[in-house]
Amino acid sequence: MGLHIVVCVKSTPSNSNVPVDAATGQPKIAGVPAAINPYDEYAVEEAVRLKERAPGSTATALTVGADAAAEVLREAIARGCDAGVLISGAEFDGGDSLSTSLALSAAIKKLHAEKPVHLVLFGKNTSDVGAGVVGAQTAAWLDWPDATAVKKIEAIDEASATVHRAMEDGVDALKLTLPACVSTVKEINEPRLPSLKGKMAAKKAVLPKWGAAELGLTPAQVGAAGAGAVVIKAATPPARPAGTRVDGADAAQKAAKLVDILLERKLI
Amino acid sequence: MANKGILVVAVSSRGVLPAATYELITAGRRLADALKEPLAAVVLSEKASVLAPDLSARGVDKVFCVESPALAGFVAETHAKAAAQVALSGGYGRVLLASNVAGRALAARLAVALKAGLATDVSEILPDGKVLRPYYSGNLVAEVQFKTPVAVMTLAPMSYPRAEKTGAAAPIETVAFDPGTAKTQFVSFTAEAAGEIDMGAAERIVSGGRGLGSAEGFKPVFELAHAIGAAVGASRAAVDSGWIAYKHQVGLTGRAVRPKLYMAVGISGQIQHLAGMSSAGTIVAINTDKDCPMMQLASVSVQGDYAELIPAITAEIKKRKGSAAVAA
Ligand SMILES: Cc1cc2nc3c(=O)[nH]c(=O)nc-3n(C[C@H](O)[C@H](O)[C@H](O)COP(=O)(O)OP(=O)(O)OC[C@H]3O[C@@H](n4cnc5c(N)ncnc54)[C@H](O)[C@@H]3O)c2cc1C
Ligand SMILES: Cc1cc2nc3c(=O)[nH]c(=O)nc-3n(C[C@H](O)[C@H](O)[C@H](O)COP(=O)(O)OP(=O)(O)OC[C@H]3O[C@@H](n4cnc5c(N)ncnc54)[C@H](O)[C@@H]3O)c2cc1C
Repeated sequence: MGLHIVVCVKSTPSNSNVPVDAATGQPKIAGVPAAINPYDEYAVEEAVRLKERAPGSTATALTVGADAAAEVLREAIARGCDAGVLISGAEFDGGDSLSTSLALSAAIKKLHAEKPVHLVLFGKNTSDVGAGVVGAQTAAWLDWPDATAVKKIEAIDEASATVHRAMEDGVDALKLTLPACVSTVKEINEPRLPSLKGKMAAKKAVLPKWGAAELGLTPAQVGAAGAGAVVIKAATPPARPAGTRVDGADAAQKAAKLVDILLERKLI
Repeated sequence: MANKGILVVAVSSRGVLPAATYELITAGRRLADALKEPLAAVVLSEKASVLAPDLSARGVDKVFCVESPALAGFVAETHAKAAAQVALSGGYGRVLLASNVAGRALAARLAVALKAGLATDVSEILPDGKVLRPYYSGNLVAEVQFKTPVAVMTLAPMSYPRAEKTGAAAPIETVAFDPGTAKTQFVSFTAEAAGEIDMGAAERIVSGGRGLGSAEGFKPVFELAHAIGAAVGASRAAVDSGWIAYKHQVGLTGRAVRPKLYMAVGISGQIQHLAGMSSAGTIVAINTDKDCPMMQLASVSVQGDYAELIPAITAEIKKRKGSAAVAA
């Protein structure tokens, strides 16, 4: 009984204020400490809450990254996940959302074969690349249903889940046949900090490491070789032109001057 | 045969096409002209045949019409099946969608179905087909190149002007579509506060931050927004304080917006907030602290207490509009 939940987490630079490396034209992230993508904390928390809602459930954290990305799996375990799997190897370097989601889907298939998976949770987007698409792409590779922008899992059992999706103009309720993928938004919960017990478990956890071969994929399908898009260069956005300061003796004077400018520029 | 042509995927929301659809048409038209390729649009809707004529008059070469009750609410699987069918049969090389919840989810599925490279939140399509998109919270702009025969992209809102009706109507082709049985059931939709302007499509946004001090502080902000037909935004500090709902949040963990006018009231301009709005056309900052990042970044800065300034600005606007009405 219980649910088998997989939660996908990514290791991202903890600070997005990164310079461009003049030599490579790429972001210079060497030396910037890595941490769990902040939006993935909500996905991890939701997995742990589902474990609390459905006793007997287990949660497995999954990441595609360098060997050092094992740290985010330990973070997920510290926050209440039961296990973690690292998908790593030189063949995954330079991947994009297409090839990264293929690797995730292959790992989920492998986990599913060992012990049926009911739900795969994702964050809203990552804090570095931040496309906000990997959850839906993983579902597409698996041919499973999915919902994005989920702010609430209203009901769930082993057969289906009813979720609330935050749209621009309101909320959609969707019923997904499980297994399914769900990408969350921060409204879904309030993440708790790791517990002492969790930290102990994280320290001791043995994390299997799978490469393309273990996933039944060829190196040509993953990483840069399997990518459909490449960042050929990064640049800092053009600086905004210098601004105008509105002065005046009192609020009414400043307001009049501001409204002059807004009318002149046809903004109102 | 090489993939050719540009396909705009128009997804209706509650039976109407979002304004962003017209921005896609403009971007698609420019690219089509640069590449000398045709531009088509596909309407996915329970009312596609009603919506298609409007699109057909906005400068596209062809409109495909996929109409089915299964397309009434957004179901990623079903919409992706319909869009992929049209994209594959026409052999299109570039597929354009909006960067809203439905567009992003659909683009993701479509990219897998078409084995296509994907770029989201694109701010500019270069004439050679490369695209620009922000990353690292908008600190950097990435120039992305596609390696696959087909490329899928979602366009950041307000990056292109909305295509107007040109008069000439392009041919409309009805496409037979069998939605099959989806593993997702659309249960219901609950609308939020009617009459509010959605930030994503807004030309003007007035946004409030911690400097407003309380939920009560948003009252003059809403009044100003109402006076100029603006949507209301907020910083995370204001949202986390419970002064306003999360859906108003602008920034990294909220919405990315690109209005012509963004007024930041009592918002200091931390990087995570800027990530959502720094590409706005004109930024007006209203703040007591002349040295805060928002005042430094702003196109127009007004130093002072919002509680005095905002009502004064609203009153001034009403006065001018009133006199304009008299003059007209
Ligand atoms: C060594 C290396 C180099 C890379 N170089 C590039 C590059 O040059 N250009 C490029 O575009 N991409 C590159 N990637 C891949 C990139 O970092 C992302 O994993 C991929 O692009 C996913 O897109 P995103 O970050 O926009 O994720 P989003 O679509 O924003 O992520 C949504 C959600 O998907 C899940 N998710 C995303 N990525 C992962 C992951 N890796 N593991 C587990 N869960 C995940 C998370 O739950 C996340 O919240 C590289 C990856 C590696 C390992
Ligand atoms: C992972 C992560 C994600 C985040 N995502 C977001 C996000 O999406 N959006 C977001 O906004 N933030 C986000 N933040 C938070 C962000 O870092 C800032 O904390 C937040 O933007 C600050 O909001 P603020 O400018 O309203 O408040 P403050 O920084 O406290 O600024 C308040 C401003 O009000 C001014 N002020 C005070 N009194 C008055 C007055 N009477 N009249 C006029 N001005 C006055 C002050 O001078 C000050 O400049 C995120 C942070 C993290 C770590």
